[in-house]
Amino acid sequence: MKVPFSWLREYVSVSLKAKEVAERLTMAGVEANVTEVTGQSWDKITVGQIVALEPHPNADRLQLATIDFGQGQSKVVCGATNVRTGDKVPFAQVGAELIDGHSGKPAKLKPAKIRGVTSEGMACSEKELGISDSHEGVLVLPADAPLGAPLAEYLGDAVFDLEVTPNRPDCLSVLGVAREAAALTQQEVRYPFSGYEEAGDAIDKHVSVEIADADLCQRYCASLIEGIKIGPSPTWMQQRLTACGMRPINNIVDITNYVMLEYGQPLHAFDFRKIGGAKIVVRRARAGERLTSLDGVDRELRPDMLVIADQAIPVAIAGVMGGADSEVTGNTTSVLLESANFNQVNIRRTSSGLKLRSEASMRFERGISPELTVPALRRATQLILQVAGGQAAKGLADAYPGKKEARVIQLRTSSVRQLLGLELTQEQIVNTLISLGFQCTRKDSLETTVTVPYWRMDVNQSADLAEEVARVMGYATIPTTTLSSELPRQQVDTHLAFREQLRDLMVAAGFQEIITYSLTSQEKLARAASAETAIRVANPLSAELEYLRTSLRPGLLSTLEANQKYEEGGIRLFEIGRVFLGRGNDLPDERETLGGVVSGPRGALSWLGEKGQSDFFDAKGTVESVLSRLGIEADYAPGGEEKFCPGRVARVVVRQTAVGIVGELHPKIAEGFDLLPQPVALFELDIERLLSVVKEKQGYRPLSRFPRSVRDIAVLVDVQVPAKKMLEIAQSVPLVSQVSLFDLYSGKQVPAGKKSVAFRIAYQSDARTLTEEELEAAENEILSRLAKDSGATRRA
Amino acid sequence: MLKELEELKTKAVSELDGIDNLGDLEKWRVRYLGRKGSLTTVLRGLGNLSVEDRRTVGAVANELKATLESRLQQKQEDLKSQELVDTIEQTRIDVTLPGYPVSIGRLHPTTRTLREVCGVFASMGFQVVEGPEVEWDYYNFEALNIPQDHPARDMWATFWVDTEGGGRSRLLRTHTSPMQIRLMEKTRPPVRAVVPGKTYRYEATDATHEFMFHQVEGLAVDKGITMGDLKGTLFEFARRLFGADRKARFRCDYFPFVEPGVEMAIDCFVCQGAGCRLCSNTGWIEILGAGMVHPDVLRRVDYDPEVYTGFAFGMGVERIPLLKYGIDDIRLFYGNDLRFLKQF
Repeated sequence: MKVPFSWLREYVSVSLKAKEVAERLTMAGVEANVTEVTGQSWDKITVGQIVALEPHPNADRLQLATIDFGQGQSKVVCGATNVRTGDKVPFAQVGAELIDGHSGKPAKLKPAKIRGVTSEGMACSEKELGISDSHEGVLVLPADAPLGAPLAEYLGDAVFDLEVTPNRPDCLSVLGVAREAAALTQQEVRYPFSGYEEAGDAIDKHVSVEIADADLCQRYCASLIEGIKIGPSPTWMQQRLTACGMRPINNIVDITNYVMLEYGQPLHAFDFRKIGGAKIVVRRARAGERLTSLDGVDRELRPDMLVIADQAIPVAIAGVMGGADSEVTGNTTSVLLESANFNQVNIRRTSSGLKLRSEASMRFERGISPELTVPALRRATQLILQVAGGQAAKGLADAYPGKKEARVIQLRTSSVRQLLGLELTQEQIVNTLISLGFQCTRKDSLETTVTVPYWRMDVNQSADLAEEVARVMGYATIPTTTLSSELPRQQVDTHLAFREQLRDLMVAAGFQEIITYSLTSQEKLARAASAETAIRVANPLSAELEYLRTSLRPGLLSTLEANQKYEEGGIRLFEIGRVFLGRGNDLPDERETLGGVVSGPRGALSWLGEKGQSDFFDAKGTVESVLSRLGIEADYAPGGEEKFCPGRVARVVVRQTAVGIVGELHPKIAEGFDLLPQPVALFELDIERLLSVVKEKQGYRPLSRFPRSVRDIAVLVDVQVPAKKMLEIAQSVPLVSQVSLFDLYSGKQVPAGKKSVAFRIAYQSDARTLTEEELEAAENEILSRLAKDSGATRRA
Repeated sequence: MLKELEELKTKAVSELDGIDNLGDLEKWRVRYLGRKGSLTTVLRGLGNLSVEDRRTVGAVANELKATLESRLQQKQEDLKSQELVDTIEQTRIDVTLPGYPVSIGRLHPTTRTLREVCGVFASMGFQVVEGPEVEWDYYNFEALNIPQDHPARDMWATFWVDTEGGGRSRLLRTHTSPMQIRLMEKTRPPVRAVVPGKTYRYEATDATHEFMFHQVEGLAVDKGITMGDLKGTLFEFARRLFGADRKARFRCDYFPFVEPGVEMAIDCFVCQGAGCRLCSNTGWIEILGAGMVHPDVLRRVDYDPEVYTGFAFGMGVERIPLLKYGIDDIRLFYGNDLRFLKQF
């Protein structure tokens, strides 16, 4: 909503500068910015009057004007031909800043000698003042312009650009903003004049108004003006409409728009001759009815839309737009002026159903009081008589089935003080509310009866009044205190702490955290995981963002792909986020998941040598390290799903609970994500399940005081024997404290079908230093168990 | 014999002085102090001397032995330390060569900011809780005083979720505020919690708009909580997050589920309040929305607004690093370009 400062000042006397007014409005809840300021640089420019004109002695086309500027007179050389003696003009003294008529740039006015005559100042054009591009002549001011007044005061203006929140439709009007400004500056609002003479028959004799669907129309008022003359509206009105962003059309239409801006009440003027049967019926549209609206579009109306109809057909879509057939045209001589109140929800549905938003519908859908119809209608009728002539029928048509009592709130001073934390007196509260137009009656010293003015439909209860008091007094007056109430019992959220610990562990493992969109495409989901239970967004931004992810894989792989272009070394990424598994029409199962991906060289390129390409074991090593840090020992069961490379994938299982998967992505899928042809190792862990298998740490293992002995053994074994089995066998032998598999080889010097596996085994006792014989015996036991259970033989 | 010893001493000492490596030193030791060494031979010959001479010569010889052994030890130490010096000298390296690269991970800037924000509130006794990202219309809107067809719905462009055959309306939560209701439904006052999480808006993305972002919601309800407490809590938060020099202010704003409603701003840290592009020449930067919990919201969860009052606030998380680091494109956050993420 745009409001020219000059228009606002018509209703409230504010001595503050535009910027200060904007600041106060903003702080009080109506965000205002000052735009389009004119007159800011008009120092040394005043309203002057031409007292004498004589020809220039040395030039035919120039004149010498003697200008009285209040504090004295000056003689200036003047090239314009549109001035006469007695005209009021903007007069710039030497030193004033003006826009140069030729270059268009600001320049200081210097004393000049023009064709031998000294010119001490200048009578200015609109262009020189920076108002417009017109340089056709000197700007002649109205005769009543106050002589000697600074031009900035007389002609300067600013436009407020207001952002009105949905709760304050009353501020979608100049008067509403004036009421705010008045309360914030302790001024009174001066309402516009709206008196006029009526003539002829009572309006009821000319037109009948019937509200058939009272649930959608609380009130319908109309006035009738006959014998009007259509023409352009006066300049001042056109200027204001333009400043507010509206296009002037003709005097009648302009007046309806002007009063809508002034009062906030949408109005509509019908060409009365086009209203069949001189009858207005407010009713729901009938099936199949159509209407060509003012914008020329032929529209099909649905039966849930409210229309204004004459005796037979719709002539307007109620509260949204009028019909083209009953539009006011150059030939119109009688207008029926509508000022009505429609159901806000219905207007909202109609306008969004027709995809037709208008200044009227925007106001109706936010809510307007039915009490506003009459004042706005009287004002508009008065303006029509003033501007377009004609005569108004006696009285107003007024059907008002939806009348409601004014809202009354019992306000306890203590509740305002309590809510705001501010020591206020009843008097302070009452005075503030009165300044906003509320009526207050002291019930007793503790309680006030407050009647809400009709235009404040947003105020319903004490808390609303508390806000009114606080915002007018200024939120800055609210004290700054600390919470002193009881601290609620804290409930430990183990999931949250666990998840954050996982995040830290992944960072410690050298992974970069990423956060990707929860929305992805069906194609990517199906390619990397499964789209089966994926939930679809009904109004997606694009097909790429259509489904809620059921897996972190699409995000991880797409991010990997996008970064492979730039990264020299290997990439290690992880994300912790929710995946969404559909459960019919219920809310989905939102499972927090940890996903990681590793690909490319193990280390950054270095002169110290390479460490090879990342593969399955990098992902697994990360999972092992993270889980071990959490005190979880997992099994890695070979096999997984088809998205992984067969033989290079394992399910992560902890005590019969599957907690995740680790593996190398199937090369075909990697290709589908445009990834470089190199192993891509992935893992996914379900955080909730992981948490369920974490055991509370119980006690600790005492440290052995006796020395540890280390011996290596190498064995030959069938290639199919899993390492895990051999490790378990070795581990099961008494006195063995640690087994590390440190070498694995097959090829030359190893028989076909066999592999050579070497273990480093640490032996230790908590009770004594082990003897050579004991070590020998333990080692032999390992070898014999390996031989018996895995067919391994010691490698010579 | 004594003269012989004297000569031996002179010779041994002068030879020792000339030795410059441990190998020669060992040879020298063998020559003089070894089992067949000169001095040993002399000492062995003592038996042939008279008792008198044996005492005299013996004393001198033993003294000489002690001297040579001590000299030997000294020389050994000297040579060893010299050898170490030499070794060190020979194994000098170019310390400007790059070290072995160790891969260190990083948290996403959003995670870091979330932790920072939640940490400040946790220290004020706010418990951290989380809620679902796919929500019922009821929690996201209805229960927050935003019924169907309410004009305020325009404030939240919404992603709706497909629902079959007249199921209840589901959506991607447009703010973390639904957790206000869920929390209060579950517990009786006092309540003091913050809710971090992802939120979604049906908006085309550009440098200043992202359809997915994070918020942190706050809620405190109890007997006697005032708007002054809200101000104190949030001003303290701003001080801790943005520095003690930052000024904060409250202005009136509208959110359907609070009354009075508040928008908090801090003075612009680029222009210090003078007005610049970052703050659109206002000198202030909006940080969050807040207010006193609306009495109708309290009634809806069976809290008596005559007894209990409370405040709520909600803030966009990305906005904080955006402002702090002067990031000019919000899409960088979830574009996940490592060249961006590695800067944090």
